[in-house]
Amino acid sequence: MTTTTAPPADVAERRPPRTRTLARGLPMVPAVVLLLVFMAGPVVYSVYLAFTNEALRGEGAAVTSLVGLDNFATALADPAFWNSVLLTLVFTLISAVIGQNLLGMALALLMRQSTKVVRAVTGAVVIAAWILPEVVAGYLWVTFLAEEGSLNTLLTAIGLPAQDWLVSVPIWAVAFANIWRGTAFTMLIYTAALAGISPEIRESAEMDGAGPVRRFTTITLPLLRQSIATNLMLITLQTLSVFGLIWIMTAGGPADASQTLPLYMYEQAFSYGQLGYGTAIALMLLLIGALASLAYLRLLPKEDKQ
Amino acid sequence: MTATDTAPHPVATSGTPSPARRGGGRSRRALGVRTASDLSLLVVTVFFCIPLLWVVLASFDAQASLSVAWPAEPGLANYAAIWNAETLFRPLLNSVVLCGGATLVTVATAALAAYPLSRYRSRAKRPFLLTIIFATGLPITAIMIPVYALFVQVNLVDSMGGAILFLAASSLPYSIFLMKNFMDDVPIQIEESAWTEGAGMLRTLWSIVLPLMRPATAVVTIFTFVSMWGNFFVPFMLLLSPDKLPAAVTLYTFSSQYGQVAYGQLAAFSIFYSLPVIVLYLLLGRRLGAGFAASGGLKA
Repeated sequence: MTTTTAPPADVAERRPPRTRTLARGLPMVPAVVLLLVFMAGPVVYSVYLAFTNEALRGEGAAVTSLVGLDNFATALADPAFWNSVLLTLVFTLISAVIGQNLLGMALALLMRQSTKVVRAVTGAVVIAAWILPEVVAGYLWVTFLAEEGSLNTLLTAIGLPAQDWLVSVPIWAVAFANIWRGTAFTMLIYTAALAGISPEIRESAEMDGAGPVRRFTTITLPLLRQSIATNLMLITLQTLSVFGLIWIMTAGGPADASQTLPLYMYEQAFSYGQLGYGTAIALMLLLIGALASLAYLRLLPKEDKQ
Repeated sequence: MTATDTAPHPVATSGTPSPARRGGGRSRRALGVRTASDLSLLVVTVFFCIPLLWVVLASFDAQASLSVAWPAEPGLANYAAIWNAETLFRPLLNSVVLCGGATLVTVATAALAAYPLSRYRSRAKRPFLLTIIFATGLPITAIMIPVYALFVQVNLVDSMGGAILFLAASSLPYSIFLMKNFMDDVPIQIEESAWTEGAGMLRTLWSIVLPLMRPATAVVTIFTFVSMWGNFFVPFMLLLSPDKLPAAVTLYTFSSQYGQVAYGQLAAFSIFYSLPVIVLYLLLGRRLGAGFAASGGLKA
């Protein structure tokens, strides 16, 4: 999809400019109202909420008062918060930046070389994993990794010891489930991007005697730079905020061994009723997302930045 | 399911050297590359299949356990057990109302908003589009607490209408962005003649532009619906009464309500709940790639 800008459409010039501009903006009103009320509203409100002691019960529920930076100070002094930050980073790194990104790229590249039937079957299965509802994916991985689950059945069949993966390595368990669930997205982005590279470039490199590895590093990768940066940004933001999958599989446990920031936020806000504190955590989650996005934007070629 | 041969592969086909043009050694090498690729893809496919296999086999097995196993007495007992309004039909109907309603709102408002963005020049356009793209990346999880707190204050918690409007708003940025990109590809000449004949903006949009971009609208509609259908967190937070909960949430309560989980029934329910999105993707077929090319070339 090319983002060509439509030619200017100044055909009907009967009304004076200002009214015309307003009239032209009219169809946008419903969307803008929805966005202001349900998206911008909560975002602005969350900035206020994060500085209050708003709670579902107890002191903050009766009288809500501004508490300054208290929520942030509490979080920074709480080992459970740092545990969540670390787990979130590990989860995002393993499952998105490494897992989905590399596997998705590998699949997109392999599919260009493979027979049509294999390509269709692989695509169907990988995409099926992606379109299944989050809760279903969670349960599928619970059954796959449980003590009496499929993985252990396979392992004991070849003589390896079984273990309860959701208890022994919970963060790896949810990370692998997220790779399984999310790889299709990356695969589709890279497939579309690879199809956009003109065959002539590749053929002329081949003529010049460049091998497949060299062709990939010197031609394909630089041409894909924008797609890679965009994809990394999108999957990082998606993965940072994964809630349902982890909630179904481990609910953050055992203890808090897989409690990423969204689950910590949920626990603080709803199990303990600390809405103000939970919102402060959410803001810090947004901050991590923003920092990651800025880092990826630096990967973009210069002419695209502006 | 054809998503992968969506993106037409001019490169792949022309990259395979034709034996007539090139030496036999090259084509043998190409065959080797092809076999190696096929084998690697099949290995990945088998691994991806195991969890999927469980849900299918367990749903026909009244004594289903957690492991993949061929049912001792294959039958429809699990399906029969959940085949009632309470367990199956009402949650699915709720999902249809929630996601269908929200999709309608999203697609209608996104199409309206995309039209001026695609057709007119304005100084406000670029900042608006940048805001939209920024909002696309906003993790909805992170604003659920303030949304909940606001909903409590205006008494919208546990209201289907409130949940529909919030779901619709949360997928608007991406839908507007997709719609605008697709609309840019519709040539403007036909509209110009409609304008000179005095057709208004809405009329032009409804009777000229939208019919021309029916496939693109289908892509946006299906994308929106499928992502809402799988959404767990939003209804989990905003809806409370059991008779309003969609399948995403009842599937979760399904296992936590009783001590002993009936895995076969859980699998059967999962299949019913997943069926609509699978059917929709089959309908989308090779058009799936279009949406992805759009996000790959993310530009303002």
